[in-house]
Amino acid sequence: MSEFFHSVTLDRDKCLGCTNCIKRCPTSAIRVQEGKAKILSERCIDCGECIRVCPHHAKIAVCETLDILERYEYTVALPAPSLYAQFNNLEGPGTVVEGLKLLGFDDVFEVAQAAELISDATRKLINSGKAPMPMISCACPTISRLIRIRFPDLIEYMSPLLTPAELAGKLAREKACKETGLPPEKIGVIFITPCPAKAASINMPIGLDKSNIDASIPIKEVYPRLVGLMHRAEDTCDISDSGRAGVRWGSSGGEAHALLSDLYLAADGIENCIKVLNDLEDEKLNYIKFVELNACPGGCVGGVLQVENPFLAKTKIKSLIRYMPPYRNVLHTQEIPDDFRWTYKLEYLPVMQLDTDMEKAFQKMDEIERLIKKFPGLDCGSCGSPSCRSLAEDIVRGYSTEEACVFVLRDEVHQIADSLSRISGIQLGRKKAAEAEDKED
Amino acid sequence: MTLHYIVPGDDFTRAGEASGDLKRKMKKLGFPSDVIRKVSIALYEGEINMVIHAYGGEITAEISSSEIDLTLADTGPGIPDIEKAMQDGYSTATEQVRNLGFGAGMGLPNMKKYTDEFQIESEVGVGTTVRMKVYNHS
Repeated sequence: MSEFFHSVTLDRDKCLGCTNCIKRCPTSAIRVQEGKAKILSERCIDCGECIRVCPHHAKIAVCETLDILERYEYTVALPAPSLYAQFNNLEGPGTVVEGLKLLGFDDVFEVAQAAELISDATRKLINSGKAPMPMISCACPTISRLIRIRFPDLIEYMSPLLTPAELAGKLAREKACKETGLPPEKIGVIFITPCPAKAASINMPIGLDKSNIDASIPIKEVYPRLVGLMHRAEDTCDISDSGRAGVRWGSSGGEAHALLSDLYLAADGIENCIKVLNDLEDEKLNYIKFVELNACPGGCVGGVLQVENPFLAKTKIKSLIRYMPPYRNVLHTQEIPDDFRWTYKLEYLPVMQLDTDMEKAFQKMDEIERLIKKFPGLDCGSCGSPSCRSLAEDIVRGYSTEEACVFVLRDEVHQIADSLSRISGIQLGRKKAAEAEDKED
Repeated sequence: MTLHYIVPGDDFTRAGEASGDLKRKMKKLGFPSDVIRKVSIALYEGEINMVIHAYGGEITAEISSSEIDLTLADTGPGIPDIEKAMQDGYSTATEQVRNLGFGAGMGLPNMKKYTDEFQIESEVGVGTTVRMKVYNHS
């Protein structure tokens, strides 16, 4: 397993080397070098902000296409709850489930079902009083990765449970094996994803050695074909196995709401989440029991691989769930099954640290402070680093030079020009003096 | 290395800028997270105090690999009875400040609790200076 597999990648041909993405990246993971953006792999958390902001569509999420269905003998689709929010006048999730089958999947296992089970397990965990509080949701992989590189103190507060998509993958494969008699590897478990972060989790799962999902297809890829097929789906009221609680996970606040407690906080949008994580780290939110964080605005409905406007999608979820049962999936045991949990604990990845040797880190920090004074503080990004401070840091780390700053360069050019004019002035003076001497002779 | 911060006196939303910046820098320097947390919490409490009581002030942070030395100086009204001010829950905060969620009377006690050394000097009408040290055990 590669430590840093990412879904977010660059299409070099489309990249003009502008500074939109470097300014927007929440972990300062992008630089522009030699006219092209470059993603620093160890810092990227696959949030997709650069995809959202790139005017040239040079940032892309690497996912599969529907062609992947041919690779397996039997395929199961795992629709994210937010997929249901993409359509107008949907009577129930069943229409989407039926549409996915018409699209070519042999079966569908709704992630919303697994979400209800995770909610039940989380409730039990919180009520047991054994888990550190407040518990931080790990359903958004971008948030989990962010915590891992920037908030080491908060790792122990993360929910130790699988994401609903992972649990759905596991349950779907078990069900398919049982029903078809096929070995697990012949079954393709395909997640219909709202975002690159969840796509990257298949190759780089969090808390698991190997993902239960085989591949992911973006919602925006499935959407146009699904819309057409859904009209052919008939009488689908009884097909869905999920309830209100599970479908609600598709928008911000839904996961926390399913815990049936008011002592929760739900934040969405990566910058807002960073603020909450900072407050958590400073023990400012001690009376809260559960923290739901979604990197995308509005929650998963705001994922960069979605089609519908996230705010409208949120409204659609509300009208969709109105006549649905509160929930349809519960844990039948008091104990939380072991395979609902992560198999290993996350470890802090200090990628922001200047040096592993603290004395050297201090020297570098001093050097950064010295360099910053030379830069104009405009954070213009022309140097290819997102801010003057990060340019100073890049220089100290050996990735850039002072002359990358156009202002430093301009000053140097001025100095050279001054020297040149002074030298040529001296030479001119000598020439005149020599001419005067010639005349006197 | 030495860092200076100015705490503006009239803006609640800016309290926490100094502790936030120091926290970021300490992470980059590789301090253990419990040391960072102690410094960050103690300094944040100090910043809040400066905003609420002292119309702002100045923070000097001396950081070395062995310890973090914080000096918070203000020219505010001063504290008439330091012993009383150090008691858990003792507060002179106005109703308005309490409504904002501050003024629970845990500021100074927390600063003492989270630091390894704590000194406070104050003169009514002149100002208050708090010195705190957190050792780096690693």
